[in-house]
Amino acid sequence: MSLKKVHDNQPKEFKFTDGNLKKAEEILKRYPEKNKKSAVMPFLYLAQKQNSNWIPLAAMKYIAKFLSMPYISVYEVATFYSMYNLAPVGKHFIQVCTTTPCLIRGADKIVKLCKEKISPNENEISQKGSCSWMEVECLGACVSAPMIQINDDYYEDLDEKSTIEILDSLIKDKPLKPGSYRGRNNTAPEKKPTINGENHA
Amino acid sequence: MEKIMLKLENKIFKNLYNEYGWELENAIKRDDWKDTKNLISKGREWIINEVKTSELRGRGGAGFSTGLKWSFAPKEVGSRPHYLVINADESEPGTCKDRDILRFEPQKLIEGCLIAGFAVNAHICYIYIRGEYFNEGKRLQEAIDQAYKKNYLGKNACGSGWDFDIFIHYGAGAYICGEETALLESIEGNKGQPRLKPPFPALVGLYGCPTIVNNVETIAVVPTILRRGGKWFASIGKSKNTGTKIFCISGNVNSPCNVEEEMGIPLKDLIEKHAGGVVGGWDNLQAVIPGGSSMPLLSKEICDTITMDFDSLIKNKSGLGTAGIVVINKDQDIVACMARIARFYKHESCGQCTPCREGAGWMWRILDRVAKRKATFNDINLLSDVTKQIEGHTICAFGEGSAWPVQGLLRHFRKEIESRCRDEPLIKKKINNPYLVDQHLLENKNA
Repeated sequence: MSLKKVHDNQPKEFKFTDGNLKKAEEILKRYPEKNKKSAVMPFLYLAQKQNSNWIPLAAMKYIAKFLSMPYISVYEVATFYSMYNLAPVGKHFIQVCTTTPCLIRGADKIVKLCKEKISPNENEISQKGSCSWMEVECLGACVSAPMIQINDDYYEDLDEKSTIEILDSLIKDKPLKPGSYRGRNNTAPEKKPTINGENHA
Repeated sequence: MEKIMLKLENKIFKNLYNEYGWELENAIKRDDWKDTKNLISKGREWIINEVKTSELRGRGGAGFSTGLKWSFAPKEVGSRPHYLVINADESEPGTCKDRDILRFEPQKLIEGCLIAGFAVNAHICYIYIRGEYFNEGKRLQEAIDQAYKKNYLGKNACGSGWDFDIFIHYGAGAYICGEETALLESIEGNKGQPRLKPPFPALVGLYGCPTIVNNVETIAVVPTILRRGGKWFASIGKSKNTGTKIFCISGNVNSPCNVEEEMGIPLKDLIEKHAGGVVGGWDNLQAVIPGGSSMPLLSKEICDTITMDFDSLIKNKSGLGTAGIVVINKDQDIVACMARIARFYKHESCGQCTPCREGAGWMWRILDRVAKRKATFNDINLLSDVTKQIEGHTICAFGEGSAWPVQGLLRHFRKEIESRCRDEPLIKKKINNPYLVDQHLLENKNA
């Protein structure tokens, strides 16, 4: 259960673009006709993409009407799931995994760097480069820990040096490539393991 | 020792690291979609029996017999259609095996879906992928599109005479949606809160219709089992704990990795042979979480000899779970590690049952106090009591999942916890709480 506060400044209106309307029709085809409600989650994603990565209340009302369901049911879904942003986030939205497998490999150091470089608090949009960051629960890339997600992409096998490079690239609005930052092949064991006892990240 | 290592020819997921390409034409070179039509033509009974012979147990955590589960689906389709739902909502801390299957072996999953769908009379399959796996979902969609183009899916899929469609449904960051009934609620467009069982999904599932829910890895191994025979699969590993399994080894190891190995491999071999050993050497090992964060941790003495399979881990009061192994060495503060896991459960509780919703927060606050050396001896008993009050008193297994790791900590590290606690203060600070309180608002004040 995540507690989220909706944004103070809400746009008055929301409508799917023509492109998204077409996508919405495609999505509806996946579910039985009498179970249109199933499309609420994909629709919320569409709205979030269209509205620079956050969902205004107007969009929830629009979706409720679209799927002939009560507005509160859409609101309920949007507040329950943590990936729906109900307030603006940075253009580069950094999610730092801090659950135990990442934590024991140094995720707290990444959090510290985010505080220094992006903003002292979570969910604050930075002055330069419009980034924001937040701590999240396990992102499911534990053997590549520590890792962060920036928008849709995973940045894995990080340490302090590579994190600084990545964060700087975001601030300059020229994001580096996602993937492993130790040059490893996906989740394969590395041939040259790190030296015994050496601290990670 | 070499005998223990899984032979290459017995590996099911040969492209686990994407060395040979994930695309359909490369997958076909690895024998995917070979004779699928023929396998399906042998009929439902044969497929289910072969899976039963293989003694395949679900790879999602509970370890329930897959063949048995399939046999629960009604034999004839009544007025309601049947559904197959694949659980790819992989969010158990320490686990990242399904991600590699989605990215690099998608055709194994898709072929498995067709066969399983046929076996349980389903024409439609939903694959529920966690929202964070956006790129993995995109990859899977590409793979599905490739399969449609070859007529492996759709009308008369793969020439089998069976119509079959697969749709992807994304989750949105709720761990609880990995619970099968919460997952179904989520597909139906509700918040993901588990349902009471019975009725089980096999009879009343998605949209009230018979539904079989399986983990990604479970379904992805099925085509290979059928091609090579249930007996082949059953010959690997131990009896009742058969076959191969993808283990995810993370934490304080020199070379964290995913690796497919035989069930029942000794944990020490897994860590030393595949993951480059514990950071600082085996003697620097403090504890291991053997099956994702929900499973109680094991002390080093147990790790020395334990084998990785369902039954031997249950004997040691833990479980194989998802086989996400988190290695914790002596450089780590074990209480802080477990406090972080408790925070995870506090964050992810769906809020439906009171013991879990409130208890998860209690456990976190107490463990946090212990980690900060602010707890008293009474807190230890309170903590133990809270875990007992949660366990068995919730709708779904989340309650156990959050309470067991704390119980495991108390079992193996009680001395460590006690060394951080102090006696009750003689003069107690009076906290003036109002009669009606909101726990969440008071959290920090009273922690």
